[in-house]
Amino acid sequence: MTEPLLQLKNVVVKVNRHTPEELQILNHLNLTINQGDFITVLGSNGAGKSTLFNAIGGDLAIDGGQIKLRGQEISRESVEKRTRFLSRVFQDPKLGTAPRMTVAENLLLAEKRGQHRGLLPRQLKRQLPRYRELTAAMHNGLDERLNTATGNLSGGQRQALSFLMATLERPELLLLDEHTAALDPKTSDALMTLTNQRVQEEKLTCLMITHHLEDALTYGNRLIVLHHGQVTYDVSGAEKQALTTERLYEFFKEIE
Amino acid sequence: MNMMVSAIGQGLLWAVLGVGLFLTFRILDFADMTVEGTFPLGAAICAAAINAGLSPLTATLLAFVVGSLAGLITGLLYTKGHIPILLAGILMMTACYSINLRIMGRANVSLMGKPTLFKNTFLQSLPQYFDSVFVGTAVMVVVTAIVIYFLQTSLGQGFIATGDNQTMARSLGINTDNMKMMGLMISNGLIAFGGALVAQNNGYADVNMGIGIIVIALASIIIGEVAFGDLTLNQRLVAVTLGSILYRFVLLIVLKLGFNANDLNLLSAIVLALCMMLPVFKQSFNLKHVLKRGLDTND
Repeated sequence: MTEPLLQLKNVVVKVNRHTPEELQILNHLNLTINQGDFITVLGSNGAGKSTLFNAIGGDLAIDGGQIKLRGQEISRESVEKRTRFLSRVFQDPKLGTAPRMTVAENLLLAEKRGQHRGLLPRQLKRQLPRYRELTAAMHNGLDERLNTATGNLSGGQRQALSFLMATLERPELLLLDEHTAALDPKTSDALMTLTNQRVQEEKLTCLMITHHLEDALTYGNRLIVLHHGQVTYDVSGAEKQALTTERLYEFFKEIE
Repeated sequence: MNMMVSAIGQGLLWAVLGVGLFLTFRILDFADMTVEGTFPLGAAICAAAINAGLSPLTATLLAFVVGSLAGLITGLLYTKGHIPILLAGILMMTACYSINLRIMGRANVSLMGKPTLFKNTFLQSLPQYFDSVFVGTAVMVVVTAIVIYFLQTSLGQGFIATGDNQTMARSLGINTDNMKMMGLMISNGLIAFGGALVAQNNGYADVNMGIGIIVIALASIIIGEVAFGDLTLNQRLVAVTLGSILYRFVLLIVLKLGFNANDLNLLSAIVLALCMMLPVFKQSFNLKHVLKRGLDTND
């Protein structure tokens, strides 16, 4: 049996510790992510979806349990160190790119994700033809705007760029935090299709938070539901394919 | 004519402060008050070192090193101590005052009769004030070139990204705390270096010479931006030097109008405030223009 890529064992994250308002956002959560999994993550507000991502990414220190990457404990490692295997796309298009830097400069930054950044010239010009090709594949005009500051792009273009940046240097684990939620339906669909295509082609291991039940059913090989800081539902393969939105609605009613 | 040359010379000598502050104010996007302490710190270190017999060049470079250490402390207070940057800067600025007095032993140390960067036979042979023009130009060419090179390296790009979007920078593995500390170190190193230059040019170091420094440095940045408009990052760095010279001309005009040197800090503050409000003025002006046009067509 192959070793799982990432394992979360009894992970606890609390807020307002040592106060009467203490709350366990992640309550002894267990999750095993296998190599090549494309997992859609559902859950109501406050279920702990974003906290789960922040715990994996290292933005939040965990108060108990273990996070293991290929059997190696990583829960004490800094955010910066974890970027060697991990990349993220945030919900807010503003968070994913540097607004005063150009599209090409952003791509160059992303290509060095988790690597040493030294005092050698960045050599941006040499990369431009390749970046033009990469962005042209997004079909949203980004290739025409390589030298535009990303602050001047539309939200859709920015988010597509954020996604491209997250996958440019292949991550072992990709975290998508409702990355299409802030976009209009058409742009959102386009990015979702692109995401699926990229994940399949590159055989990426990916977690995707979404509030769209249909997206959660359409995409990925596995679906989990978070509730009160625990994984309450976990289906994959044929079982997931047989799942319908009606069944999911019923399930949500049951757990509320 | 002499006044003009003097203004250009002073503008060039002080321009290094603008470039130093640019790294924190424009790139990291915060105002670092430490500079009010590191400018006299650089002057004090340089004066003390020269009086102790060190060569002027060594003394000037030493000022850079000590200045960057002061920047490092501000950076540690800010990133590791979680003290807001404005307060961290003010703490260091205040601490520097006592340190500067300790270094100099008194409030004012003269460099009369001592060797300085300006006292060599070549510079002395130049017409009056051309020595500062020469030294200032040489310094700014070298400093600007180094900073421009640095910002185009992989490390420099990570530094810019930190100021631009911290969340993104961290998610790409950039250690943003280190970047901020590095920025504060280079910035304050350059400001202290400027302090050393000015002290040697003036012939003394004074514990109070740091008052209003941040306004002067900001003025070079802002005037440069207002005067030259939309520029690339590299061009903006060059514009800082030109802004610093323009600022000296503004002071020259103000003095010609009959104000005296004691009024300079007030006038500097007013000039800077006006320049910084220019975008607001422009906007309201444009608005009026558009409104008026709208009325005209209705008539």
